[in-house]
Amino acid sequence: MSLETVVLEHAPSSYKVYLALFRNVRNSGFLHQQLLARNADFEYAFIDASTIVSRVHLLSAVFKAVNNSVNGALKTPNVHSETVVSLSASNNISEAYRRFGVSPSTTDLFVVKITFPSDSSPVPVSADAISQHLKDNVEGDIVPPTNEIVSSIADVKAIRKNYKLNGLAWLDTIKDEVVKREEIEKLVLSGMALRGL
Amino acid sequence: MAAAVSDAALAHEFPLPKILTNPASTPPTLITQGAEGRLYKTTYLLPDIACALKYRPPKPWRHPILDQRLTRHRILSEARILAKCRRDGLRVPSVYALDESAGWLMLEWIEGTPVRVNINNRLGNRTEGIEDDEELKELMRKIGMAVGKMHSIGIIHGDLTTSNMMLKPPAGDQPDNATGLEGEIVIIDLGLASGGVHDEDRAVDLYVLERAFGSTHPRAECIFNEVLEAYKKSFKQAGVALKKLEEVRMRGRKRSMLG
Ligand SMILES: Nc1ncnc2c1ncn2[C@@H]1O[C@H](COP(=O)(O)OP(=O)(O)OP(=O)(O)O)[C@@H](O)[C@H]1O
Ligand SMILES: [Mg+2]
Repeated sequence: MSLETVVLEHAPSSYKVYLALFRNVRNSGFLHQQLLARNADFEYAFIDASTIVSRVHLLSAVFKAVNNSVNGALKTPNVHSETVVSLSASNNISEAYRRFGVSPSTTDLFVVKITFPSDSSPVPVSADAISQHLKDNVEGDIVPPTNEIVSSIADVKAIRKNYKLNGLAWLDTIKDEVVKREEIEKLVLSGMALRGL
Repeated sequence: MAAAVSDAALAHEFPLPKILTNPASTPPTLITQGAEGRLYKTTYLLPDIACALKYRPPKPWRHPILDQRLTRHRILSEARILAKCRRDGLRVPSVYALDESAGWLMLEWIEGTPVRVNINNRLGNRTEGIEDDEELKELMRKIGMAVGKMHSIGIIHGDLTTSNMMLKPPAGDQPDNATGLEGEIVIIDLGLASGGVHDEDRAVDLYVLERAFGSTHPRAECIFNEVLEAYKKSFKQAGVALKKLEEVRMRGRKRSMLG
């Protein structure tokens, strides 16, 4: 099982971040349903991986959500929904869930789990327990969330649309695909940071 | 140890913004400390992603509510303008993250040095042959083109100086090798920038640069015209802005004659 533990720069050490990437997911309808039903056993950010251009893109959303949680400034019910919504370049919360969150048609799924001690659960759930729970509940092939795999899953056309990056002539003229991706990533990050502000 | 003491004193005088008190692979470095804000070099998300954190600490001499509002406004304004510039294809640091209430803005770290440093290193103690220094003149033209590009997308900088532009060396060069003149101009510090397409505003921007250049690099004043020549070629409205610049200079001169 490759559940990755990520240590983010400038995140408080009490916050732990875990990532898992699943391909060929066959029960995304079920997973989506658990979120809609607010099933407390499914406190995850379930993200459609095709909307993610790079690891840094996803980690940026995590960082924002953690920061809002630390500051007591969540705009959504919890740090997981906050991660999904942080991906958005606008302030429209339901649109963000629709765009970036799992849907019944999702086949490539990013799972983010963020834990920290709270009054109701002073000892956060362990990595092993998370691994086991995902193994029992996500029907799909777990793959390491490397940048290569992430960018091969990315639907760049849809991503450009999500962040209103169409019609940028200078971007279209970049020949080197790697450079172009980097530019797109940078534009995505600033769109997220500004979130329509 | 003396160094440790002074570090501690520094830390006391300039307490870190809360976000930087969280653990990171390398401690943040204070790069500059101005009246309004501080700039730290630190990391974003991962140890290998350097970033610049611009922090505007609370000003105890200002009314707290007003201070908070001003800080938020300035952070947001700079971030919005940087994002717009980047979208429109101008080289500026890209925005990574911000917290307008906490008063910070995290930006892409630009390798290299402020153009001021490159020019001064190039000049050394030379007094002759500067007007024939083709490489330096090429740098001037790059500055003119960058400013022209910025104006063409409708942005007025508000504080154009050779300190507020970086020369980013070509990839593979030694970072911070401040003797070369090669590389890309990256305009920074858009804290006073605004949207504007009026020729008058553009002319004032150029005038500010011209004056700042003259006082920072008096010996290179003789080649400043290269900046304006390149600017002229960089977008359609440039000629009109340059005409206006003459008027702005006249006014400036009158003002200084009146004392
Ligand atoms: N993105 C960056 N990458 C690398 N170095 C930077 C970056 N931004 C700023 N610097 C360095 O820090 C210095 C100060 O930055 P900047 O000009 O933005 O701040 P400032 O003048 O204090 O701001 P303000 O005038 O808005 O109060 C620059 O001259 C440059 O040396
Ligand atoms: Mg400055």
